[in-house]
Amino acid sequence: MSGPPPSAADASAGAMPADPDAGAEVLLQVDSVVKYFPIKSGGMMSRHIGDVKAVDGVSLTLRQGQTLGVVGETGCGKSTLARCIAGLVPITSGKVIFEGKDITNLSRRAMQPFRREIQMIFQDPYGSLNPRLRVGSIIGEPFTIHKTATGNERKRAVQDLMQRVGLNPEHYNRFPAEFSGGQRQRIGVARALALRPKLIICDEPVSALDVSIQAQILNLLADLQDDFGLTYLFIAHDLEVVRHVSNEVMVMYLGRAAEFGPKNDVYDRSHHPYTRALLSAAPAADPESAAARQRIVLTGEVPSPVNPPSGCRFHPRCPRAQDICGQEIPPLEAKAGDPHDHLTACHFPVPAGEELAGATRAEVRRAR
Amino acid sequence: MSITEVEFQAASAEAVPEQAIEGKSQWQLTWRRLRSDRMAIASVITILVIAMLALLAPAFASLTGHSAVQQYPNTGLSASGLPVPPGTAGFWLGTDELGRDLFVRILYGARISLFVGLSTTFMATVAGVAVGLISGYFGGRTDAVLARCIDAALAFPYVVLALALAARFGPSLPIVIGVITFFSWAGVSRIVRGQTLSLKEKEYIEAARSLGAGPWRIMFVHILPNLLGPVLVLATLLIPSAIVFEATLSYLGLGIQPPVPSWGNILNGAQSYYQVAWWYLVFPAAALLITTLAFNLLGDGVRDALDPRTERIFAGQAGGRKKKRRKAAAADEPAAAIAAGTAEG
Repeated sequence: MSGPPPSAADASAGAMPADPDAGAEVLLQVDSVVKYFPIKSGGMMSRHIGDVKAVDGVSLTLRQGQTLGVVGETGCGKSTLARCIAGLVPITSGKVIFEGKDITNLSRRAMQPFRREIQMIFQDPYGSLNPRLRVGSIIGEPFTIHKTATGNERKRAVQDLMQRVGLNPEHYNRFPAEFSGGQRQRIGVARALALRPKLIICDEPVSALDVSIQAQILNLLADLQDDFGLTYLFIAHDLEVVRHVSNEVMVMYLGRAAEFGPKNDVYDRSHHPYTRALLSAAPAADPESAAARQRIVLTGEVPSPVNPPSGCRFHPRCPRAQDICGQEIPPLEAKAGDPHDHLTACHFPVPAGEELAGATRAEVRRAR
Repeated sequence: MSITEVEFQAASAEAVPEQAIEGKSQWQLTWRRLRSDRMAIASVITILVIAMLALLAPAFASLTGHSAVQQYPNTGLSASGLPVPPGTAGFWLGTDELGRDLFVRILYGARISLFVGLSTTFMATVAGVAVGLISGYFGGRTDAVLARCIDAALAFPYVVLALALAARFGPSLPIVIGVITFFSWAGVSRIVRGQTLSLKEKEYIEAARSLGAGPWRIMFVHILPNLLGPVLVLATLLIPSAIVFEATLSYLGLGIQPPVPSWGNILNGAQSYYQVAWWYLVFPAAALLITTLAFNLLGDGVRDALDPRTERIFAGQAGGRKKKRRKAAAADEPAAAIAAGTAEG
């Protein structure tokens, strides 16, 4: 062979190029995934009158043992993307490839073996545990469904898991209502861990917890990643949390990826005006630096995903937008001078080192 | 149908404030609260006494020496051929116009009432839960068809159906049970369907799906236990309405046929004689009243125990409300009670 064979991802437009540096094996490949939720008129004879374009052509590659953080505002499609990958909602178009096997829109039965490999941790530690089941049944449910352990064996496995995630195994027979939010999230983690999956999709796993508990859960997730070689797809809207846990970061806006790359590239050398704005909006712990910081204040609201803007989704709110931005979709590509794995979808990327026009907090307040 | 969808507060919501030390299930907590509810306990005792009397009806028959259908023209009727009053010649509650022992007949009537009440409630609840779960969970075309069936069952005029069936097959116990079940399951279905629609959006359902749980497992392990509370309340309230339903059909001559005694057909016989024999009307009517009242109060107690945040709507005057309600249309009763409860919560 004279060269590496082109992968499926290379063949399609907008896909991630394969990374020759990274030694780890590709675990998950998401290729131009599109998810539209149809809007139907009410009544008996419903007509298809539109779509909520929740995810509109997102590609990503995730390597064994890595953590990919996905950030974006509420409604940008990050949770839908997670559900598409986990096979919880059917995909409109595109492909999800797990360990080289196409798992796009498999039937429930065909998906079953992959369920053991791909697990989810949910956002709401109250809503994600059935209040009528005892903790033992909740954590043991994966064993029951996949018939991997029964009776005492199952109980022992569950108690091991409880121990592993920092719960008291004696609480096996308690109900979720008897636990705090952080403990409940540990129950959720134990359940996701039960089948020893390779990939865990964390859908805002700490957003509902208070800050001190967030740190505990994040540390637990990090420990588990080391011990079991887990790969995480970590979805959050908290930029600091994502920076803390991730190797790579994807910034999403209105169903599309705006920027993708190693976390330090995205955080410190971002090119996309939206990434800049998002980063500048994050609260800083130091009040002095926060006051001095240039805040980029975007005008307008996030457009509706039912009728998103043409071209670049961000152009109506972008301070750098020009005519072409409303006409052509900017490809997600490496910009000049960037490493090949730092990708930006922008016609007029902000050069590294250059500030996007902003205002300090005091100026913002005065302007209002 | 103009009846609005009856939506319960999801039973899951009440789980939050409880701070038990050991793992107490929702049912254990409910039972605790029910035990401290005097009205509910009084109802349970009343129901148990009635059930004992009904079970021991043959024993009482042999004790009094009177069968339920045997006519005693010599001892059971006065010289002028009228029913004898209570206490006469071993007839504890008097006799009817044919000289039959009213006490024994009421006890045997209780057997029919309780049997019809419990069996129809059981069947209607099982059928209603199954249809409601399937309709709500699968949605789409399945739901469209089943929801129309529910509407159709609720819209059907029950007397007309009972008349038609009685005319075709002859009135009988199975027909009575069939008719009552047919008119009771739809109410259960409606509530279960509505509950299922809201429960299936919960994150723990999605969690179960991500673990690979199939639709049946999700329905029976994850959804059903979370709607058993409302269903239990509804079922407890269905029993008295079924008892009244049976009495109504028998009263109209469409149900249990004389000489087999039922509270309904005893009351039918009584309407020509109550002016000369008050006991003929009062005792079977009282039996019906006490039984349905006890079940209704128990249903209320169960509802309160399941949802302790809800105040009793008519605290302290529950009895008066129940009497009024008993006279109201039997079929609408559980729905009305639950609607009232929901409005408060």
